[in-house]
Amino acid sequence: MSVTTSPPATAAAGPPQSPRAHWRHRLAERGVDGQLWLLAPAVLFVMLLFLYPFFYGLGLSFQPTKGGPFSDYARFFGDSYQRGTIWTTLGLALPAALLNVLASVPIAYRMRGRFRGKRLVTILLVVPITLGTVLTAQGLLNFLGPTGWFNRVLMGLQLTDEPVRLIHNYWGVFFSLIITGFPFAFLLVLSYLSGIDPTLERAAATLGAGWWQRFRTVTLPLLMPGLATTFCLTFVLAFSVFPSAVLVGNPAGETRVISIAAYQAAYEQYDYPYASAIAMVMGAIELVIISVVLLARTRLYTGSSGGKG
Amino acid sequence: MTGTTPGFSQLRLDGVSRRFGSQDALTGLDLTIQAGEFIALLGPSGCGKSTALNCLAGLLPLTAGSIWQDERRVDTLPPERRGFGMVFQNYALFPHMSVRANVAFGLRMRRLPRDEIRRRAAEAIRLVRLEEHAGKLPGQLSGGQQQRVAIARAVVLEPSLVLMDEPLSNLDAKLRLEMRTEIRRLHQSLGLTTVYVTHDQEEALSLADRLVVLRAGRVQQIGPPQTLHTRPANWHVADFMGYRNLWPMRALSAQGAVVEVEADGFRLVGDPVGDIAPGDAVIAGVRPEDVRVDDPGEAATNTTPAEIEVVEYQGRELAAEARTAAGIRVHLRTDRRVAPGDAVALSIDPERLLIFPNDSDEHPSAPLVDPTGSRLSEPGLVG
Ligand SMILES: Nc1ncnc2c1ncn2[C@@H]1O[C@H](COP(=O)(O)OP(=O)(O)O)[C@@H](O)[C@H]1O
Ligand SMILES: [Mg+2]
Repeated sequence: MSVTTSPPATAAAGPPQSPRAHWRHRLAERGVDGQLWLLAPAVLFVMLLFLYPFFYGLGLSFQPTKGGPFSDYARFFGDSYQRGTIWTTLGLALPAALLNVLASVPIAYRMRGRFRGKRLVTILLVVPITLGTVLTAQGLLNFLGPTGWFNRVLMGLQLTDEPVRLIHNYWGVFFSLIITGFPFAFLLVLSYLSGIDPTLERAAATLGAGWWQRFRTVTLPLLMPGLATTFCLTFVLAFSVFPSAVLVGNPAGETRVISIAAYQAAYEQYDYPYASAIAMVMGAIELVIISVVLLARTRLYTGSSGGKG
Repeated sequence: MTGTTPGFSQLRLDGVSRRFGSQDALTGLDLTIQAGEFIALLGPSGCGKSTALNCLAGLLPLTAGSIWQDERRVDTLPPERRGFGMVFQNYALFPHMSVRANVAFGLRMRRLPRDEIRRRAAEAIRLVRLEEHAGKLPGQLSGGQQQRVAIARAVVLEPSLVLMDEPLSNLDAKLRLEMRTEIRRLHQSLGLTTVYVTHDQEEALSLADRLVVLRAGRVQQIGPPQTLHTRPANWHVADFMGYRNLWPMRALSAQGAVVEVEADGFRLVGDPVGDIAPGDAVIAGVRPEDVRVDDPGEAATNTTPAEIEVVEYQGRELAAEARTAAGIRVHLRTDRRVAPGDAVALSIDPERLLIFPNDSDEHPSAPLVDPTGSRLSEPGLVG
């Protein structure tokens, strides 16, 4: 192989640049250029709709109607009825998010390739997104209620003598969270899966791996970071559950979730600082769960999955 | 790892075909591969090479035909039970596993003892000279290194057959040459049986013991490199084997091994490939390096005055394009320092000018195919 020696680049080629142009180059190298203005609407949007209300609420939560700056937080954690809403909410949101993710994986895995009718199946699985929580709750009341189809079938088959109680309790809210959360989880998992190069599994097959080994040793590890992200998103969706907790749950008892506590503080007692404090607690809990999951995620392989997509 | 016993003495493809919907990607591939042989599947993009390889590997079910490993039918086995190694065009390394884990993957799937896995993986990594990169992830390696990992991962299992799908096409020219030698070295030192897919005729000629030329899913010719190089079975193969000059002409007369052809008053004498009768439409083909360039002189057989039009510098030689008085464009290679506008005389040895029948029918006639293979009789190369 011949060695080609390029002539040394002639120094000071071209006219000397003005200091202004020089700065432009330095900035452009760091991604600062005219296109940055394209971000302006998004930045404004975030400021107006997220940051301002957040900091307003944060400030408000430290100005209780009586007592020191932390007295509303103390009030919340000191009252076991209020404090219990945390566990109630976690008890709903964590299992629901987990089930959403776990149920999505095999279905999305089966559907990752191309096949006839894929679009129809996808639409059917995704339709609940478009229904909204209230309509879903309405459907659940009809379907799972004491005189709903589900119980009628059970009784018709002599499987039970009296209707199984599936609404106005924990299970009603749980089902509602599955129905609304699953489509999100499914779509996310499907897109993460299609980002994994299918030749990797083919390579594993030629190396002697059966389908379960291929899934466990190749696809699942590459999918795990996506599953963690999906879990976080569906968890956040489930954690802020409010309408279904009221409509198909038992809002005074076993499904008195934290958002109901905040709602009552704000709109029944008109104690905005207290409601803000509860909202802040809610945010902090979400943040803790997400941090734990994302921290675990950093221990996983998160680079390119070797293929397109 | 050397001296592996091949899992078969003969692998036979019997009418292997694959359709996609209404499109035939591969039609009736008959091929017998001897243990220890290096076979190249050669053809332009989209001709069905990868389809053939995937059918062999078990990654695509056949729509017709069968594959036999000696007396055992294997085309019904899933890929994980065939025991063939495969090297993919994009390497398909597991991105979340280190080089060592990638190479050990197949051994782990076989549930071999831990010590043996470690020993054999280390040996394979040494074989492709990647010892100091064994702990890295594939993303931290260069293209050539990734390719070597892919090869080590495939050969560590001592597969009875190694399949390679354009393994060098993503590498730069220099690395491609190096890896080519490396692949041939591994094939010989490990006693592998290899089926190698490529669209690069030079790669196929230099690596393979036997070439299979495909076009539109059909076999055009099977034979050793010399045969394909000097005597392509039809003008499609010739086109692919570097016969850049392919002129549509008409046969004037045919006497045994000599045919006289003509186009626009330009007459040539050449060597017929197949049956040619006077009046037939033919294609006359010659390689650029078989066109001789002289100073203009007197007329002789297969000699014509021409003018150089385009010249490309190619190291020791020049590649040039000339136009004859009759208006025919001629590609040539010469070590004469010709320049555009030069008047020259071009001549072609009648033995180097092949005259192919110009049937628009794309099927090669059966006798041109050599299904038995030429290496059967050569002892010492097998195993
Ligand atoms: N999965 C597929 N579905 C439909 N057509 C395919 C598929 N795979 C390959 N083909 C078609 O089969 C033909 C041969 O493809 P392939 O074997 O990949 O060619 P190549 O020789 O370039 O490797 C092409 O025309 C291609 O379009
Ligand atoms: Mg291909």
